[in-house]
Amino acid sequence: MKELSLHILDIMQNSIVAGATLVELDLAEDREEDVLTFSITDNGCGMSTEMVETVVNPFTTSRTTRKVGLGIPLLKAAAEQTGGGITLSSKLGEGTVITASFGYSHIDRQPLGNMAETMLGLITSYESVDFVYRHRVDTEEYALDTREMRQMLGEVSFAEPQVMLWLSEFLKENEAALYLVK
Amino acid sequence: MKTLADLEAIRKKTLEQVTLRKDEGGVRVVVGMATCGIAAGARPVMNAFMEEIAKRNLENVTVTQTGCIGMCRLEPIVEIIVPDKEKVTYVKLNPDKVAKIVNEHIVNGNPVAEYTIGAAE
Repeated sequence: MKELSLHILDIMQNSIVAGATLVELDLAEDREEDVLTFSITDNGCGMSTEMVETVVNPFTTSRTTRKVGLGIPLLKAAAEQTGGGITLSSKLGEGTVITASFGYSHIDRQPLGNMAETMLGLITSYESVDFVYRHRVDTEEYALDTREMRQMLGEVSFAEPQVMLWLSEFLKENEAALYLVK
Repeated sequence: MKTLADLEAIRKKTLEQVTLRKDEGGVRVVVGMATCGIAAGARPVMNAFMEEIAKRNLENVTVTQTGCIGMCRLEPIVEIIVPDKEKVTYVKLNPDKVAKIVNEHIVNGNPVAEYTIGAAE
């Protein structure tokens, strides 16, 4: 993976496979404290304590087609090489929270990358899943909640071309505004 | 700046069109988006499909994601399923190849043979 936003896309897919109907992503960049953290919280099927302990092992996976699962191990390696790490807590039947932290200015920290593309792909592909996304850079912040958007859209789907274009612009504008230096 | 209020207008405009084309079997573009696909560059490919389809305002085409298709060395992989036709599997895609596929395959009905799995193997 070349960007943290690709790790985020990958890990959020785990939530969706776990049957989550709501996935929340909190992303914060604190340049003063030199740390970048994100946490992904879902209401999917959760994992047993044993699974939580072994899931960072690349030879652990819930899929049956193959014996390796690389998503979480890759994220863990990416975080640890910057002096950060990941924490994982989960409860069967309730959901999972995964948090990752990175040394912001560490030479080995991957760039955050294109968060707009990550969120656009997720929101338009999974009509039955709602997303809450908060992104903060120092004191600048924006948030979106697809439940509010769905209310405005009524029966119109996120996959409608015009909605997709709007969402793409909305995300790009808001992401860019976070980095405008005052 | 885009605001949520824009959605209200999009909704009204879309609903007028949507009634004309409900529930006909549409074209499906399925992008492999597991760890392997994402690492190989599937996200910009999916984005390129969405933007191309939206730009051309192609109704009845949906872009969706799936997990690992099973041939990780050939990612990014995209399958295009046109009703009543055989499924076409494209491999090793990048965003630059997308416009051609949308134009020739989805719009004109002629699969782009050079990007298919048959040509790669």
